Formats: sequence, C-alpha cells, structure tokens
Amino acid sequence: MDLAYTEEERAFRVRLRDWLASVLPTLPARPDPRDWPARRAYDTAWQRMLHDAGYADVHWDAAPTIRLIFLEETERAGAPYVGANFVGLLHAGPTIAVEGTPAQRQRWLPPVLRGDEVWCQGFSEPDAGSDLASLRTRAVRDGDDYVVTGAKIWTSHAEVADWCELLVRTDPDAPRHRGLTWLAMPMDAPGVTVRPLRTLAGTAEFAEVFLDEVRVPAGNRVGAENDGWRVTMVTLSFERGTAFVGEVVACRRVLGALARAARANGRWDDAVLRRRLGRLNADFAALWRLIQWNVSEAGAAPAGRGASAAPGKGGGVPGTGGSVFKLRYSHARQELYDAAAEVLGAGALDAGHEWVADRLSSLSYTIAAGTSQIQQNIVAERILGLPKGR
Amino acid sequence: MHFQLTDEQRALRDGTRKLLDGRFGRDRLRAAVDEPALDRALWRELGAAGFFALRLPEEAGGVGLGLPEAVLVFEEVGRALLPGPLVACELLAGVVDGVAAGERTAGLCDGSAEAVLWEHPADCDELILVEGGGRDAAGAPGRAAGVYRSAPDRVACAPLTSVDPLTPLARVTDFPRGAPLAGPDPSRLRREAALLTAAQQVGSAVRTVETAVAHARERTQFGAPIGSFQAVKHLCAQMLVRAEIARSAVYAAAVTEGAMDVTGAKLLADEAAVRNARDCLQVHGGMGFTWEADVHLHLKRAWLRAACWGVAAEAEEALAADLLG
Repeated sequence: MDLAYTEEERAFRVRLRDWLASVLPTLPARPDPRDWPARRAYDTAWQRMLHDAGYADVHWDAAPTIRLIFLEETERAGAPYVGANFVGLLHAGPTIAVEGTPAQRQRWLPPVLRGDEVWCQGFSEPDAGSDLASLRTRAVRDGDDYVVTGAKIWTSHAEVADWCELLVRTDPDAPRHRGLTWLAMPMDAPGVTVRPLRTLAGTAEFAEVFLDEVRVPAGNRVGAENDGWRVTMVTLSFERGTAFVGEVVACRRVLGALARAARANGRWDDAVLRRRLGRLNADFAALWRLIQWNVSEAGAAPAGRGASAAPGKGGGVPGTGGSVFKLRYSHARQELYDAAAEVLGAGALDAGHEWVADRLSSLSYTIAAGTSQIQQNIVAERILGLPKGR
Repeated sequence: MHFQLTDEQRALRDGTRKLLDGRFGRDRLRAAVDEPALDRALWRELGAAGFFALRLPEEAGGVGLGLPEAVLVFEEVGRALLPGPLVACELLAGVVDGVAAGERTAGLCDGSAEAVLWEHPADCDELILVEGGGRDAAGAPGRAAGVYRSAPDRVACAPLTSVDPLTPLARVTDFPRGAPLAGPDPSRLRREAALLTAAQQVGSAVRTVETAVAHARERTQFGAPIGSFQAVKHLCAQMLVRAEIARSAVYAAAVTEGAMDVTGAKLLADEAAVRNARDCLQVHGGMGFTWEADVHLHLKRAWLRAACWGVAAEAEEALAADLLG
C-alpha cells in the first residue's frame, strides 16, 4: 500500500513536464468546435508531436502508472485532448494490436500513432444500444468482399474519419453473440452516408452513419468471421479505467474555481452550498484514489489475465473495477456541474458560459459507454455474483 | 506507485479475519448483545496476539507496524462488529501501562465534542480525554488543548441508554483535569482516532454488502431469487460502489496521514457504513427489521461511529474551506 512513485516514474513525469512546457506555447489557437476538418487537423498535429517526441504509444505499451502520469500531466498543463485520435488510439488500435494479423498491424497501427489516420466507431445502432448484441447491420460475403447494409449511431468524428471499426452481423441464424464480425471499413467507400446528430448541448458531437451495400474487403476483417463479439469485448474493456484520469484532474480544478467564484459572489455564505462543495471535494479526492488503486491493480495483473486485452507488455485492463469507478464518477460529475449552476445563480441560464456548456455535456456521462443501469447490472452480476435475470 | 496490499498486508488481514472468526463468531456476537460487559479473556488474547501493540516499536515490545496495517486490522474489527474501547486501546497502548498487553483497558473521550461520550464506561481502567487539536486547534473556551487522564471513578457522568446494544455509553459531565500528558499530540490522536473509526466503517460497509448479496441469492419470491431482480441488484451494486470508494479514501489517508485526507475518508466511510446498513436492511425485508437479524447491529454501530471523531457537518465545512486554501 504505497502512493510513492518510483524513480523511473518520477523521471518520466519530470521529462514530460519539461517537454510540455516547451511545446505547448508553440501550438496554434484551438479550432472552432464546429469546424470538424480544423479539429481533425489540430488533434492529429498534436498526436504527431507526441509521436515525434516519443510519447505516441503511451496508451499501448506503457505501464498503467506511466499512462496515469501522462494523462495527469497533460491535463494539468492544459495540453490538447486525444480528440479525433480517440477511437484509433483507445479502441480500434488496441483491438488490432491484439487480434490483428501482422500485416493488419503494420497497415493500421503506425498511421494511428503518427496521427495520419483517424478512426471512428460503428457499434451502436438505433435499435441496439445497451443491448448491443442485438445489432442488425448485415454483412453478406460476396467474393472477396463483405457487402454491408444497415445503420450505426453515436459515431463521433464520423465526418472526418478515414476508417470505421464496424461490428456487423454475418450469421443471422447463429445465437446473437455468435453471428457478429469485426470489420475495418474505409469511410470513403461508396454507400456510406454520414448525418450529423445535434446534441442537447446544441453542437453536433456525433453522427448517424447509414450503410447501403458498402463493399468492405474480406481482408479488413479482424479476428475470425462470427467471432466479432469477443474481438469487440477486447476493445470495450479498454474504455474504462484510465480513460477518466484527465477528467478527474480537471473536475478537481473546476471545484476549486467554484469555491473561489462562490466566495467572490457571496454565495459562499450559504452553508448548504458550502457543504455540498466540501462533500464534492471528498468525492473527487476519493475518485482519484480509486483511479490509483485500479491502475496499480492493472499494473500488477499477471500476464494472461488483464494483459490479454492490452496490446503492450506492461498492460492490463481496468476491468470491473472500472464499472465501480464509472458509476460514481458519472454522477459526481453531474453533481459538480449542478453545484456550478448554484454558484452561478441566474448565470446558469447563460448557455455561453463554460460551466453551463459542461453542465449540459455532463448529462451524457450516465448514458455513454454503458448506462448507469447497465453498469449496475455488471457490478451486481460479475463482481457480486448475483443471478442473471430481469 | 503500488497502491495495493503487499503480501504481508494481505497475510495480516487474512490472519486477523481468521482470529476474529474463531474467537468472535456469530454466537459470541449475539451473546455480547445480551451481556455487553467486556470479555477480558478475549481482550488479553487480542493483546497477546499483538493487536494493541501493533504500532509500538519493536524495541518497546511492539509489532512495529504502521498506520496502514492498523487500518487493515480495524477494517476486520468493523467487519466482525467486535465491541470494546478498541480505538482507545490501540492509540493509548504506548501511553497507559498494561494496555498494549491487553491486561488493562483505557477509554478515550473527545472533550471538544458537542456531547462528551464515553464508550464502555464500566470496563475502562483509565480514561483519557483529548481536548482541542481539531480544526480550531484550541479547546473549548477556558480550556487548554491537551491530553488529560483521569481515574474513572473521579469522572462524573450522566447515564445514557446507548442506541447500540454492543456499546454501552455514558455522557461525561465533569472530567477533573490535571496537567496535560507530555506524550501524545492532540491533533494526531484525533486524526488517528478518526481514521481507525473510518476503517471500521469500511469493514462494516463491506460486510453488509456481502450479507445483502448472500440473502438476495438465497431468498426466493415470485419464483426467483430476489437478487435476479434489477431493483435489488442495483441496491447491492450501489452498496459496493460506496464501500469501494470509501476504502480507497481510507487506505490513501492511512498512507498520507494528511488531515484533509483523513477528514474526507471519515466522511465517505461514515456514509458508506450507514447507508449500506440501511440498504442491507431493506434487502432483508421484514426480517431485517427484527432484533434477531444482525443488520441493526451494523446500523447502530455505524451511527455511533459516525458521531465520533468528526461528524459530517464539520467534515464538509473543513473540506469546503480546504478548497479555498
């Protein structure tokens, strides 16, 4: 039980901090959030800088603690987010690294690490959300191609992506988890239509993707035909855990800013609000400790357990512990921005205020990447061992 | 960074659980409910096992372990609902003679609390009162911060029927103070008492999750185990979330010993223990409302611990002030 970082970990932190201090002032201004090509260019340029400085694969090969330090320091320094590189670096890339052939790894991984290619995710469908295994997008083998028809939804960066990691049904007669296949689909293929979806925050952060007889070469299949569910689970388990490191750092910074704003505008005199902020201080401090706990656990996982899902040697996947974390974090984030609204008073009606925009986006946290209700089922069934049922 | 238990810490936890399972199982727990006088033989046995001398240096006859190890042991204590002035004896083992060996017992009172409560008043050979050392540093008006001792028969008390059947209580109305003891530091004592109390809350919170889950797997209604119903599942899942978050906070506070870390950990552990006990009661349905079920013992002890060494309102105010610091 030790929170001290090793010499190697401290050295990594210092080196990273120095590098960030030297390069961040040279970055161009952040792009207009509505300008997708500009966002792609900005995010991929940042990934290229990370690549050239030797940090490209910190999400893949580095030990979990190194990854934690990387995410903590980049957030503290105000560095760009992973942005358009998210699916490539954290979903599709790790999947290909584990399940792909040598040729597939060679084809797809280096461009992700260099920031040359952007990926998006085509898993969810209008009728397959929490019940992902019920998805209906069909892929029919025709010669050397699969012919894909269907619709995907909640696809971030679809407008600017080069590739889509696509989950399709190849055997409609098999039990539903057994008839799925994982394909890498080029987004410029004929028959792909992208329709942006406007969120309640007013911005178009993701899209629907319609597929009309899109031909995908069979060589783009990762894993065996009809083994796509297992291949996909490798990716999904990668989503939880260190993914929220930077956000928790940011939430703790916002919490301090809320307290100072409340003192400046007099609302600090309200004991109810003050105590809410004090409680959130304890909550986010504890969430940070839970991250450290989960990351240490992932780092200590013997090869063959978590490591099977991680591309790197030092890997390990924050598994069900991630569900415990996400259940609390997603609600704590919403409580944080509800408290922000209280601090702002009438200012909470100004959609132009950063905290108000973040309050709106916080509403997705209890839904995205497994709703809180699904997460509770996962915790109850897989950790606590309660029987399946409805 | 390796924020996981070492092999030695795991062994200590497992050994403690085994010892308590063997010496303070369910029969003994229920017997203690009917007869709450301290089991001196058990106390001596705990002393002989190094329970109270855990953190005393080896050259002083102690085990030489640290606060994280004490926290692990106290988590097990909370799990087993072991009664007695445990926190007091752990913290006063180097202060009051005979306590380390389990031969004598000492009580510890928070002189700055709204009501000065004394746990197990009939079973303490000596009483120590800590005055001040909290966030406000000074003691009550007219009193100096410090740690004072008294023979129990010189302390004036008002009787109190304890809500927790396993923890007899008295309310101290007058505590004759001599010169403060030279050794212990009031703020440190207070911080460590809060942390060891929080550790017990975590143990209780984890135990009530397990109890609720075991019942939900066993109990059948509408032709299915009630644990297969999402309404019950989600109660249990949230119990685990509370327990695990609190546990991370308590372990981290044991490592850092930071005042705010301890304050936050106690706040979350109190909430985890109280709310988990209530949810456990709910999962048990009507049986949960009976004296015979153990759930109420967890809830009542959790209430008592939540009222000791820093209550929620104080903790939240301190943590709020910390945001401006």
